[in-house]
Formats: sequence, C-alpha cells, structure tokens
Amino acid sequence: MSGAPRVPASLVGLVGFFAIWEVASRTDLVPGYYLRPPSVVLPTMVTLLGDPEFVRAVVATLAATLLALVIAVLIAVPAGLVLGSVPPVRRAVMTLVEFLRPIPSVALIPLALLTFGTGPDTKITLAVYGALWPILFNTMYALDEVDPLHVETARAFGTGRLGLLGRVALPSAAPFVLTGVRLSFAIALAVVISTELFSGGTIGLGQVVNVASGGGLNMDTVLAGTVLAGLIGYGANAGLELLHRKAFAWSQPKVGAE
Amino acid sequence: MNMLEVDGLGHTYKGKDGSHTAIDGLDFTVGAGELVCVVGPSGCGKSTLLRTIAGLIRPSRGTVSLHGNKVDGVPSDLAVVFQDYSRSLFPWLSVTRNVEFPLRTLSRTEREARAVEALAAVGLSTAGKKYPWQLSGGMQQRVAIARALAYRPSLLLMDEPFASVDAQTRFELEDLLLRIRREQDTTVLLVTHDIDESVYLGDRVLVLSKSPATVVAHLDVPLGPVRDQITTRASDDFVELRAKVAGLLQGAPVTVR
Amino acid sequence: MNRVTRTAQRWVVFAVAVGLWELVTQLAKAAEAEKSFFFPPPSEIALTAKDLWFSSAFGDHIVPGISRMLGGWALAGVIGIALGILLGRSRRAMAYLGAVFNFLRSIPPPLLVPFFVAAVGPTNMQFPTIVFGAIWPVLLNTVDGARGVDATKVETARVFRLSRAQWTFGVVLPSALPKVFAGLRLSLSIALILMVISELIGSANGIGNQLVRAQRDYEPTAMWAWIVLLGVLGYLFNTLLLVLERRALAWQPRHSLETQALATGG
Repeated sequence: MSGAPRVPASLVGLVGFFAIWEVASRTDLVPGYYLRPPSVVLPTMVTLLGDPEFVRAVVATLAATLLALVIAVLIAVPAGLVLGSVPPVRRAVMTLVEFLRPIPSVALIPLALLTFGTGPDTKITLAVYGALWPILFNTMYALDEVDPLHVETARAFGTGRLGLLGRVALPSAAPFVLTGVRLSFAIALAVVISTELFSGGTIGLGQVVNVASGGGLNMDTVLAGTVLAGLIGYGANAGLELLHRKAFAWSQPKVGAE
Repeated sequence: MNMLEVDGLGHTYKGKDGSHTAIDGLDFTVGAGELVCVVGPSGCGKSTLLRTIAGLIRPSRGTVSLHGNKVDGVPSDLAVVFQDYSRSLFPWLSVTRNVEFPLRTLSRTEREARAVEALAAVGLSTAGKKYPWQLSGGMQQRVAIARALAYRPSLLLMDEPFASVDAQTRFELEDLLLRIRREQDTTVLLVTHDIDESVYLGDRVLVLSKSPATVVAHLDVPLGPVRDQITTRASDDFVELRAKVAGLLQGAPVTVR
Repeated sequence: MNRVTRTAQRWVVFAVAVGLWELVTQLAKAAEAEKSFFFPPPSEIALTAKDLWFSSAFGDHIVPGISRMLGGWALAGVIGIALGILLGRSRRAMAYLGAVFNFLRSIPPPLLVPFFVAAVGPTNMQFPTIVFGAIWPVLLNTVDGARGVDATKVETARVFRLSRAQWTFGVVLPSALPKVFAGLRLSLSIALILMVISELIGSANGIGNQLVRAQRDYEPTAMWAWIVLLGVLGYLFNTLLLVLERRALAWQPRHSLETQALATGG
C-alpha cells in the first residue's frame, strides 16, 4: 500500500486510544471520578512499579500463573498425545472430559477456598484446571491433523510406531500445542486474578485491585492494575507468537483455536 | 460490428521495488459473435489484459471499449469465468443459487427460469440442489460457465478456464464451449497458455509476446464452426497452425497471414 | 455388535468414575476422614441439586443469571460481528486498531469487575462486564474471517456488480461465518465465566450469588450442586450453539466442521 504512514499505524492507534480516553475522562463525558484519565493512571502505574509491596504482588500473580501453566502442559500434552493416538482410550475418556470441561474454573473458587484455604496452591490448582483444556484439545486436534502422507512417507522408510510419534506426530503437533499454551496463559492469568479478587486473603495483583476498589475507592490504582494486567497479557501473547514464528518458521501461527 | 475494441492498451504496476510493465501497446478488436483466443507464454501479462478489459484494473495507458462505450469500471453486460472455480463459486450456496446469484435485479420466476436453462446448457440439470464441493472439478467449472451464461453478457471473458481440470474433462469442456457459442451466438475472449487449445477453440488467435506483452500476430483459424477433438486435431490446417503459433511463441520470424 | 462395544467404551469409564467417586466419598465419610465434609458423595449432591434447582431459586437466581449471561453474550455478538465485518474489509482500520483491540482483549476480564462496580454500581455491573469481556473473540474472529475473502471471490463479486448489501451479506458474512462461530463459542464460555465471577463478587441474585451464600453458610453440598448446574449450563449452551452452527454451516464439507469444533474446544 503506497502512502502508508511512517509511524507504525498500531502506535498511532494506541496513542489515539489513550487520547480519546483522556478527553472522555477530562470532559466528564464519562464521569472522571471512576474513569481516571491515562495521564493519571499511567504515572500511577510507574509509581506503583517502584513500590516493593506492589511488585511482590505482581510477581506472586505471575509466578502462580507460570507455575500453573507448566503443570498444565506437563499433564495436558502427554494426555493429549495418548487421547489423540489411541482411539479406544479416547472414546472411553472423552465422555468424562466432556462432563468436566464445561465447568467454569471460577465456579470452583468458593469451594476451593473453603476447602484448601487462601494459600497460593489453591489458585494454582484452579488455574491448572482452567489451563488444561486448550492445551489438551489442541494436542488432540494436532494429532488428527497430521498429514497421512507424512506418516506413510515415514513408514515407507521403516519408521516404527514410537518413531512415528516422536519424529512425525510430535513435530507436526508442536505448533498447535504452542497455540494451546498461548490461549492457556490468558486463562491461567484470569483464574489466578479472579481468585485473588474474590478471596482478598491471597497476595497478588487481583488482591491489590480488590483492596483499592473497596472502601476508599482508589480508582487510580484499580485502573493502573488493570492496565498493567492488560500489558502483561499482551506481552505474553506477543512473546509466544514471536516464539512460534521463530521456532516453527515452517508453520503459520494462528493454526488451531483462536 | 466490433463488440470489443482495444486501443494502445498498456499497464504498468508500480511497487515498492520498482515498476513492472505487464502489457504494452496492445491493439485488437473482437467482433460480435466471435470467439477469440489470446495465447501467450506463462507470466506474460495475459491475466492483466483480461482484468483491464473486465474493468477490474484501470489501465495505465490506452482504452478499452465495449460496443462503443469506453470501459471505466466493470461494465454491466460482461461476465468472467475464472480459472479457479473452487474459489469463484460460493461454497455456501447450492449450484442453482450460485447461478442465480448475480441475477438479483430479475424477478424470482425469471431467475429460476434462467438458472434452469443455463444449467441445462452445461448438462447439469440434475445437480441444482448440490453444493459445489460435492461436484468434481470439471462439474464445478460447468457451474461457473452456467452462471456466466445465465447473466447473458455481451462479452464473455474466460481466464484459463480449463487449466485446472484433467485432460479428459478439458476436452469435454472445450466441446461444451464450442456447442454453446454455436447455439447462443456468444462473443467470447478466452485467455490460455495452451497452444492446441487456442487453435482448437478460436475463430482467431492472438499471439502475445513475453512480458511486457504485445501482440505479435493475429491468426485466422479456418476450421469452421463444428470441430471434433480427434479429426480436427489431426487435420493439416490444425497441425500447421499450431506449429505456427508455437514458432511465434518461441520468437521465430513472423510471417503473418 | 461393533456399535454396542463403542457405546460401552464410551460410558464404562464414566460410570466407573462416578461409582468410584461415590465409593471413596462414602468410605471417607464413614471413616470421618479429614476434609470428607467438603467432598460429599455424588448421590447426596444429586439430591441437593434436585431440591435447589427446582425451588424458588429457579426464578430468583437461575433465570436472572442465565438472562444476564445470554443477553450480554448476544449483545457482544451483534456488536462484534457488525464491527468485525466493517473493520475486516478495511486494511487501514485494522492497522490502526489491531493493537488497541489486542490490548483490550488481553486485560483479564475478571479485572473489569472492580471497574464496573465503581462505574455503574454493584447491582448493575454484571451486564456491562459480560459484554465488554465477551466482545473480543467475536470481533477479532469476524475481522479475521472478513479479511479472508479470497481475491477470486472479490473479483467475481465485482464482475457481477454486486450491490453493497449483497456483497456484505451475500459474500463477506458467509465467508466469515465459520470464524464467526468459533468466536461466538469462545465468547460464550467467557460470558459464563464472567457471569459467575461478577455474581460471586457482588450481586443481589444469580447462581454465583447462591454459591457465595452456600460458602458463607458452610454448605459444601449446596456448592457442589451449583457447580454441577454451571457445568450443565455450559454444556447445554455450547451444544445448542454447535447445533445452530451445523445448520448455518451445512454447506461445508463435514470434515472441516468437525476439526473446527475440536480446535476451538467445541
């Protein structure tokens, strides 16, 4: 396209977004009392990031999210490989899976808190439960989509059953698995933050926002925390997409679920 | 009467890494009821030529006129059959609905009548309720042809219409086209890279040079309106003409007419 | 015979799992094991569920919760599809707005709850929270689908001089429909999650509200019953949407429908 703007258009868009937000909040188009302008929110965010207490909360949230993600991968990838490659097991287990998957993980928060208390293991367990499904389904889907011609080619060269799984199925499934991980990160983060928001007793970004929104109604901090969480989610997504492009240059990202 | 007049037509694509002239200084006409084949080497700009005539691309130089009116935007009485039938047909519409699709200005009964007639002409009377993916490639291209016919264009443009089907189907579709234009007196401009096809189908053959494409020869094809895949292709006229076209495409000295 | 084996395979593991669950929880209860109070046997959950679901709670809590969720989802769907079709056909619009949308989508939706509590009050915040959270998958998927109309279809449409309406509703929308449905499905599960979390944090009624009440009253069996209801609802709505999708996309070859459903966790 000729005449494309020299400044990246996405940057112009973001600046425009913040400008509209600023104007909307300054002109009381939306009462500025709760929609604080970005000129206040962004500096608040920077100030907060200098506060060790706040940083500890963010790190606690991130650590719980990442740990949950790792555990989910360790469970879901092997499970997906088995379910995807052994049809009888799949038929047998899928009914159970179909009953478990629709249960929203946030619905388990009150029960989990009542049963296991407000420690970090509660939110990690809940996040694992939420993050399992995209990885599991993407792995299974990937195995369904392995090109039969690739399998036949490998078999024609004398590759055995295990070799097929390791040298054909796994490499062709890997991009799909990574897509699942990308989706699961967002889910794990949301579940961890939900638990923190709801319980109030567990350290984390959600708790900070929860405390700020109660009583004193400190909207600067609420919005700063929300924007920061958005940036974390955005960064993780972009990072994983970059990883996808670097690691699987032969495949397009955005395969599988989006 | 000339249905189509092409005058000094040229087109240059401007891109970030310089410009590329696809066609240049093209002059030719197509008379009403004629079937003219344009043949040229791969990548010579045949598609650009077809798209400028269709009004899909605004040419950099020269003019295209359809029965005397200068083409500026897509004319209302023109239809195109594309090579890629699987993309040109709408997969969410049944065969009949695909054929009726461009006829929105007509009444319902009129639309249905045209679709029935056009599908009968291409031998697909019984396939109306099917979806495109349920048909073979050759049948899908028949649907695309039926859709173009139902539109009743003054000029039918065909862009490598039989390049994506197997050889057997290709012969069938070529004969189908010849029969239809005999019956319906359609004016056709067909672009192909296949020398045999251009001679077998055309009343005239326009030979283009390598890119930027210019017309290197107009050849009349004196094979008559009724042709046959076996006898026509074996006839002396056919063999001589195809050798001539092949020679022209390879840049042999030009001896026209 | 083959079909019988398959059906058996399908249900045997499930039946065994439920049986084991019953057995273990009953044993734990009899032995008065630690935490057994929080894990009632499924038979007890079923009885409690029957009482709770079909009590006055149905009209007071279940219906309001579901209408919020479906209403929010539907509004998000309408806005998302309309905007997506509009923006998806403009290369420039998405170049500018893509990053903004991706940022907004990346905000963990539960964090919207505190903001909307402040903005519209704790009794009204559920609906806007659901709409705001559920809009992005539909919007971005629709954009993706609308963008994907191939060049041949664009040219075909131009050659036949389609009207603006016929182009939008006859070509772009159907081309985008498979992606639109994938987005609608993701949005539906987000709407369910947001209904629950927004009702958990503060609401006068709803299923989440009942979950919190059961938590305060120290009634794990009731909590299980509500959790099961949420699972049933999630399953039910997803299945209904899939039926709708199969009808709307009946023109597609079967294989691509199934893989799509699987890929998006349908």
